[in-house]
Amino acid sequence: MATEDRLEQFRIRFADFLSHSEVALGECTLEPHPTEASEVLLALRDEFGFEQLADLCGVDYSAYGKGEWATDETTTKGFSRGVREGAPGRAARIVSQFQDAVPGGARFAVVYHLLSIAHNERVRVRVFAPDDELPVVSSVTAIWASADWYEREAFDLFGIVFEGHPDLRRILTDYGFIGHPFRKDFPLNGHVEMRYDPERGRVVYEPVGIEPRVLVPRVIRKDHRYLDTASQSQGAGNA
Amino acid sequence: MPEIRNYTLNFGPQHPAAHGVLRLVLEMDGEVIQRADPHIGLLHRATEKLAESKPYNQSIGYMDRLDYVSMMCNEHGYVSAIEKLLGITPPLRAQYIRVMFDEITRILNHLMWLGAHGLDIGAMTVFLYCFREREDLMDCYEAVSGARMHATYYRPGGVYRDLPGQMPRYQESSFRTAQEVATLNANRQGSLLDFIEDFTRRFPARVDEYETLLTDNRIWKQRTVGIGVVEPDRALQLGFSGPMLRGSGIAWDLRKKQAYEVYDRLDFDIPVGVNGDCYDRYLVRVEEMRQSNRLIKQCVDWLKANPGPVMLDDRKVAPPKREDMKEDMEALIHHFKLFTEGYNVPEGEVYAAVEAPKGEFGVYMISDGANKPYRVKIRAPGFSHLASINEMARGHMLADVVAIIGTQDIVFGEIDR
Repeated sequence: MATEDRLEQFRIRFADFLSHSEVALGECTLEPHPTEASEVLLALRDEFGFEQLADLCGVDYSAYGKGEWATDETTTKGFSRGVREGAPGRAARIVSQFQDAVPGGARFAVVYHLLSIAHNERVRVRVFAPDDELPVVSSVTAIWASADWYEREAFDLFGIVFEGHPDLRRILTDYGFIGHPFRKDFPLNGHVEMRYDPERGRVVYEPVGIEPRVLVPRVIRKDHRYLDTASQSQGAGNA
Repeated sequence: MPEIRNYTLNFGPQHPAAHGVLRLVLEMDGEVIQRADPHIGLLHRATEKLAESKPYNQSIGYMDRLDYVSMMCNEHGYVSAIEKLLGITPPLRAQYIRVMFDEITRILNHLMWLGAHGLDIGAMTVFLYCFREREDLMDCYEAVSGARMHATYYRPGGVYRDLPGQMPRYQESSFRTAQEVATLNANRQGSLLDFIEDFTRRFPARVDEYETLLTDNRIWKQRTVGIGVVEPDRALQLGFSGPMLRGSGIAWDLRKKQAYEVYDRLDFDIPVGVNGDCYDRYLVRVEEMRQSNRLIKQCVDWLKANPGPVMLDDRKVAPPKREDMKEDMEALIHHFKLFTEGYNVPEGEVYAAVEAPKGEFGVYMISDGANKPYRVKIRAPGFSHLASINEMARGHMLADVVAIIGTQDIVFGEIDR
């Protein structure tokens, strides 16, 4: 069945439950309201035959369309602005920018990729967490057993809490790790570094010795080499 | 009567049968597993976060280091996600080269798996046999990319360069006499394709050798038959893919069902297990090696007959020719821009999956229109396989845990990412 026809079926079945749905690049995406998400997911498994949860991941949308090198000051030149304290491009400044910029309830999303082996189809479901401070999404471990570790991973890396998960522990980060490293305001070089201390005879954790600075290359959104794409781009570019 | 308590056993993280850095906390009743709790993440390198801070092409090398025994398949998943977002299709010859190297990678992976799995549960010889054939395939990697493992060979829009016209040969040295070198170079006189063709002729007999060692071996069967049985519906629930799913009797292979590149033009079969135990999964993987060999043969024949470009002629994603850069200002600018800033990818999101040797390797990529991805999520097949170890190992003996880890084909590079 064509993806568009399938989307039409989803729209009829989940009429009031969806806040958004589309087919883009041949892939179908559904966005149910957070309160009805588990109902939609259960129906997808039982009525539409999506018997496998291929993937589940968290997404932090807070820096979407922004660049670390963005500046509103007169000069856009020079690498020093990534190094000088308080300059645009410094990690602390970016964090504050992000916090101002995000409207409530649209920062964290959980994305499910479902696979139907019977119908040879895929569908993507995105559920936004209603609260940015404490993002909570209901767990799907009762629907697909494979969600167990995926939800632990999303909790670990993004701090998304899955209500109803039987054993929500950290999974990938170190024992006693603080913070959620895949959030966009978590610096790429982290907060602590680890070394063996020969005097104390054990491993010690210390604040990172590296100066925090922008580690990413310049973000380009408008490319003047290709005029057709330049006219299409959304113009959120910089420098 | 003395009190009998459950016993907690720490398996790993430095254990030769843990296939890397797996720390497995086992609750045992005598020698029977009550509960298995894997602690993973000891190899976590935040590949996804690193990829989010770099232009697209600079992360291809990271993909090799995910599942470090099936390198090019990981690259394939990553570049096909970018290609889908950009809306480009590589030239046909590049697609054939990719399929050929995907299958070479599958054999590489399964040989590594077979050797290590055999070693874990008591078969020493098969490990040495497997490494003999791996060596030849590693040489193919080296011939085409310069690196024996972390090739970084695939690019959005094709592959880095065409197959070499001459297979690299051994040189005479203080360690090797002229006679030894001549023997080693006997099948390296022609091109890379000649060498691979020669390999495909030799390889079926080699698989027969492994099977002679294992398939009817009494000890091998005692260690694998009826161990770690997964019913088909549980396999789906647990998110299994690849040989783990096919071992349970579900005929699902992305190469057939959601054919990518040129798999729909090639002739091959999908082996399927019956009982869903370790032995069936072993049979499935061995048969997959034979099928991969068939696929490689077909690709070699096509590639020999059809020369052509291996990279798109699109200056946006592909660098210009070296010679052009000496003469043409535009080419120089394109080269500079491509390697400093990369290219912009239109806003959107995409999930691209390939059938990696271990199962479905998927890349979910969100682009916000910049020259670096906004979010990259790698769906590693081993992650959901290892998550099921509690269920698979419960009620089995301690020694069977080793067989189950082996049959899951665990590699921590992809699980921890």
